[in-house]
Amino acid sequence: MGERFASVPDVVDRLRSVDYLSDESIAGVVYLADRLEKPVLVEGPAGVGKTELAKAISAVTGARLIRLQCYEGLDESKALYEWNYKKQLLRIQADREHESDWAEVEADIFSEAFLLTRPLLEAIRAKEPVVLLIDEVDRVEVETEALLLEVLSDFQVSIPELGTIVGQQRPIVVLTSNNTRELSEALKRRCLYLHVDYPDVERETEIVRVRVPEIDAELADQIARVVHSIRALELKKAPSISETIDWARTLLYLGKSEIDPETIGETLHVLLKYQADIAKARKELGAQTAAAS
Amino acid sequence: MTGYVNAGKLADAMERFGSEADSARRGPEGMLDVMQGFVHELRSAGLPVSMTENLDAMRAVEHIDLSDREVLRAALGATLVKHHRHRAVFDIVFDVYFSLFAPGIQGDPDAPADSDALGPAAPAEGGGAQGDLSPEELAEMLVRALMGGDRDELRRLAATAVSQFAGMEAGRPVGGTYYLYRTLRQLDLEGLVERMRDSLRDDGDESEGPLTERLRDDELQRRIGELRALVEAEIRRRLVADRGVEAMARTLRKPLPEDVDFMHASKEEMLALQRAIEPLTRALAARLAQRRRRRNRGHLDFRSTVRHSLSYGGVPAEPKFRHPRPSKPEIMVVADVSGSVASFARFTLQFVYAMASQFSKVRSWVFIDGVDEVTRFFQESDDVAQAVLRVNTDADVVWVDGHSDYGHAFEVWHDRHLDEITPKTSVIILGDARNNYHASQHWVLGEIRKRARHLYWLDPEPRGYWDTGDSIISEYAQHCDGLYECRNLRQLQRFVAAIVDI
Repeated sequence: MGERFASVPDVVDRLRSVDYLSDESIAGVVYLADRLEKPVLVEGPAGVGKTELAKAISAVTGARLIRLQCYEGLDESKALYEWNYKKQLLRIQADREHESDWAEVEADIFSEAFLLTRPLLEAIRAKEPVVLLIDEVDRVEVETEALLLEVLSDFQVSIPELGTIVGQQRPIVVLTSNNTRELSEALKRRCLYLHVDYPDVERETEIVRVRVPEIDAELADQIARVVHSIRALELKKAPSISETIDWARTLLYLGKSEIDPETIGETLHVLLKYQADIAKARKELGAQTAAAS
Repeated sequence: MTGYVNAGKLADAMERFGSEADSARRGPEGMLDVMQGFVHELRSAGLPVSMTENLDAMRAVEHIDLSDREVLRAALGATLVKHHRHRAVFDIVFDVYFSLFAPGIQGDPDAPADSDALGPAAPAEGGGAQGDLSPEELAEMLVRALMGGDRDELRRLAATAVSQFAGMEAGRPVGGTYYLYRTLRQLDLEGLVERMRDSLRDDGDESEGPLTERLRDDELQRRIGELRALVEAEIRRRLVADRGVEAMARTLRKPLPEDVDFMHASKEEMLALQRAIEPLTRALAARLAQRRRRRNRGHLDFRSTVRHSLSYGGVPAEPKFRHPRPSKPEIMVVADVSGSVASFARFTLQFVYAMASQFSKVRSWVFIDGVDEVTRFFQESDDVAQAVLRVNTDADVVWVDGHSDYGHAFEVWHDRHLDEITPKTSVIILGDARNNYHASQHWVLGEIRKRARHLYWLDPEPRGYWDTGDSIISEYAQHCDGLYECRNLRQLQRFVAAIVDI
């Protein structure tokens, strides 16, 4: 990899150049992942930019992003590799007429030409630098998790018919988890752990300003503070960073230069997606009384 | 191990970094020692740190700039701590181990202060540099620093406040909380908030909506929280200087959220507990579901196998199994919510309802000397925490004087609900059985036992307190299938797992 990170501040700077605002702990872990060649497990509430982090890393290192989206029922034929059995059948059928030796056919149909690579194998065999993103790893079953272990610790896969395929280079691997279940200790042991939480007011203000450049500095600050107060309430689903950005855009389109309770009341549905949450936030922020009067 | 780690470089860095001075002077092994002590301390605080993780941490510190504390924290955190709920403990241990020189004070004690009156900043060990500052002046300066958001200044003032108010004495065997309490009482945080609010109001604009006010209050609370944390860190730092790292770490050991005693949880611990419940229940539910899946191999479903064989030309290539569906237990929870055990009842109810998907039905009652069904609160709202809150405020549980009377509560419950118990029902009673010397009416439990599938009692008191004073737990326990000590989330979790998994 030509474009390795030189230091932690370097990580911060370069991530910033692609509009990803990190902090010391995020940058520190990314730097270590690069140096120690270990995967990073990123946990945190939905919408704090976990997936975004992998994308940003891929953008600044110029590496191709390979993404494995996890879901319940994901198995090795979807994650790792699969034999293209239709093609194999065709091959066998085509061969009947030539009456060739079975051993030869067998060797042929279990060769690379018949192998369908899935994201994990693709990342291992990649010649050019890649960033491997294993998204929402908490969604797969524990059994499937075990499948990842070999890949994550040694960056190799064993395919019975082909032998062990060892990675050409060590990509940066990012796993994300929404923490819907506890991941196995074995998996965690192989990873660096990074918990990303909602940013503080200052950082969120900055994020809003970077993502919505046309916005007024004052308004961005107000937005971040309102969102921060809303997150402090006990809600079913706290507003995510992307929702904050959406809200900032909404306010911008509506031509608001300042947030008043009425505006909040009208646009709260951009931030909150549950009726109960909206009602609660309205009440707490005094948006309701103002709207009524 | 030295094969992995460049000990010389580490020690060199440690020197610059200035952690525990004498261990660094011991030579190249210094950092190794510090790291091993650190890991050891994490382990004794209950964090599971494996050998691999330990080695990773050692390799990690080789790659980073050790003079930046936050980067070191990030590196060690990423390699050693793999659960977010363990992070708070990690942070404290980290602060103790790597903070003999607090950031900001380290290096340039004579940095020009923004404030006009303060002069040179308080040196690390300064006992009386600002000794002549009156509390009034200090408060004035604190308000200014808080409003200005000047962190360095705030840190210096926190140090001053500690020297002035905590009255710390070398070698005195009291915990940090004592000093913290003394300092905070003198600082009067509420008063500071009030002052800030006033001064904001004075030069604030006219548009004083409830929204602005609310936002401002949140902001002020946040800053006060910062100050509090600074004071806490300062006290910790001085205690470390006084007693040495290891002794200090021992006294600071804070239990993990799952080990916090329900009955003695502080306000912050309560919040931590609250937050810990949801992930714990989720993890538990997932584990149980998985075990159930694995266990229920089931026997061959002949019809289904034949039906599916049609797609293989009549060859039963894919055997089908019939998975038995075990009936989920029905749960009735009867909880004492009188003062002493209220928080225990609250957490247990919350836990049980968070696990509701594991049960076919959950009903709940709370009592003190009267008894009231609270199932409705949980049905009306899908927010369990909210419902628990309503239980506290809206349930009608006082009959005469609001002192626990298990006997009367059980009797009433018996008359109203005994018929509703089915052989599928497990009844769980929560309480410390401190009956204020009323009649026990323990025969009620006998009746319940006869009808219910199981009857359990969870007692939040330590085993040693049972049957002391007015506790008559064994009188009730004779009718129960099980009596369990349940003082923390870990025990509660174990119990719930057991009853779901029967």
